[in-house]
Amino acid sequence: MKYLKYMLAAVAVIFASHGHAQEDQYTDFKAEVNADYRVFFNEGLYDEQRQHYLSIAFKPEFVQEWQKGRYSLKFTGFGRIDQYDKRRTHFDIRELYWQMVAGNSELSVGIKKIFWGVTESAHLVDIINQTDVVESFDGEEKLGQPMVHYSHLTQIGTFDFFLMPYFRTQVFPGRKGRLRTPFILDGGNFEFESTAEEYRMDVAARYSTYFGPFDLGISHFFGTGRDPIISDLETFEPIYGVIHQTGIDLQATTGPMLWKFEAISRRNDLQDMMAAVAGFEYTFGNVGNSGIDIGVLGEYLYDDRGQLAISSLQKDLFVGSRLAFNDIQDTQFLFGGIFDLEYDTKIFSVESSRRFGQSWTVDVEARIFGEVSEEEFVYLFRDDDFVQLSVSKFF
Amino acid sequence: MKNLIIALSIAFSLSALAQSAEQKGLDVAKKADLVDQGFESSSVKLTMVLTNKQGQESTRYLETKTLELTEDGDKSLIVFNSPKDVEGTATLTFTHKVGSDDQWLYLPALKRVKRISSSNKSGPFMGSEFAYEDLSSQEVEKYNYKYIELKDGNHVVERYPLDPKSGYTKQVVYWNTDNLRIEKTDFYDRKGALLKTLVYQDYNLYLGKHWRANTFLMENHQTGKKTKLIFKDYDFKIGLSDNDFSQNSLVRAGR
Repeated sequence: MKYLKYMLAAVAVIFASHGHAQEDQYTDFKAEVNADYRVFFNEGLYDEQRQHYLSIAFKPEFVQEWQKGRYSLKFTGFGRIDQYDKRRTHFDIRELYWQMVAGNSELSVGIKKIFWGVTESAHLVDIINQTDVVESFDGEEKLGQPMVHYSHLTQIGTFDFFLMPYFRTQVFPGRKGRLRTPFILDGGNFEFESTAEEYRMDVAARYSTYFGPFDLGISHFFGTGRDPIISDLETFEPIYGVIHQTGIDLQATTGPMLWKFEAISRRNDLQDMMAAVAGFEYTFGNVGNSGIDIGVLGEYLYDDRGQLAISSLQKDLFVGSRLAFNDIQDTQFLFGGIFDLEYDTKIFSVESSRRFGQSWTVDVEARIFGEVSEEEFVYLFRDDDFVQLSVSKFF
Repeated sequence: MKNLIIALSIAFSLSALAQSAEQKGLDVAKKADLVDQGFESSSVKLTMVLTNKQGQESTRYLETKTLELTEDGDKSLIVFNSPKDVEGTATLTFTHKVGSDDQWLYLPALKRVKRISSSNKSGPFMGSEFAYEDLSSQEVEKYNYKYIELKDGNHVVERYPLDPKSGYTKQVVYWNTDNLRIEKTDFYDRKGALLKTLVYQDYNLYLGKHWRANTFLMENHQTGKKTKLIFKDYDFKIGLSDNDFSQNSLVRAGR
């Protein structure tokens, strides 16, 4: 509560201190509301789980710019109310930051979201924000991260520096939720390696550049790792360890073919690890003059933690296809399959969306656990095949 | 001997004539390009009205900023303000006179900047009748030319895209002889059939030398669909630099 008070005071000071000229200002409010209906095909493996879930989510946004964007304030909120799962009912400040731009430099203070990386099936180098586990099975939704972010553009590329004074713990599904472990995981109760626990000052830096067809990023993170370390599957005692993580991401864009590569090396007293993902995306554009683009994706994932990797992506192949109709309704499909090369696990997914009118969209998402090996962590979710229908309205 | 000289001179003048049609076409394109040089940087707001065969309309709003470069192609930043579900999506393009352009896409929901392939030139831009290549910076070096005729006060020039990925075999451009602004372009598809016509309307003169049409009307003859682009609030020499066309500015543009 104190935290909120300080933030509101800071916001008031920002509003009072920046320029007054009306024509140099820009203000925008927007919001998104969506209703989701999720159906699980099978009864839950664990007590109290349901098969039908309704939920509503909302995402208000506000932006204010002063002096033609030299100073700005941005806010993005998020909330979801789930019919049964108390943990999935959650609220978050995704973004609330003040930013100053001067020539080739940019300084941001507040809660922000940063994305790093190039691949589609795994986001290895992307480490700044904690994953919003209850929100997305694929890990693409993130929690807001408090930070000071300084970015400097030079002739040879962009240098980014981050100071992160607070760590966000993961929130896992509750007792009545699906896609959970038999025991209820409470990210808020995991052990910390650092005695400062959530208040350890984490730091990160990234250098990114492009030359010809190449886009390259090199990053280093020193702080509390976003996913917990699990040293033993039997005792299963997750610990948020202090890690050094070095990452590299590289994309080569050669005509319709994109080559993608990400790798990380992580060092910690309890566990050293490395993981990599390499692949391609080829797009057949405007097929037969229909306006439709068909993309084919293939990625190989490697993680040397093997079974100790919660992602279960230790030696896996991702194969996918992206269909973009490029019509007025922006109709899109993404089909994917993850095939384990070591065990027999096969997981399939479909994501599709289409706009209706000027401000409505309908999304359909399905995840099917084809075969799941007992040896893998996802075995715990083996009966959680689902399809979800979302209707969204934009204001 | 005399006959030989006559034959040679005829052959020579024919080839000179043939060459001059190409040279003349190129000259018109170069002159038109030169006339418009010196705007340094510009910004403009765009309304895109898509009309389907049944006459139903759908409207989109965009904003674009351009940085003029002479040794290489221009840099441009496009921000989509509607439909609301894609609001904040933005593209950054570095046009090159030779070779394919560099292009990045910003996805605001994921805060992700993606380098994208620019080779899919012939595909539709936002479901419209404009292909990506119709809207990218028109560099002289991207075509071969042939002067056809002088007609109704226009230089009629055929130009042939050099990029094999282009959706066109030929474009017929009508350059106004008075001020070298383009009045109309006919687009011919890969089979050589007339595909689309783009008519430029409501020209205004800015800074005493830059002609800009306030309306682009593109009609697809094969599908009957139309797209109208309406330009508003043109601003030139607004002091933009390379810093305003970086990946950071792409993210900021997607506010």
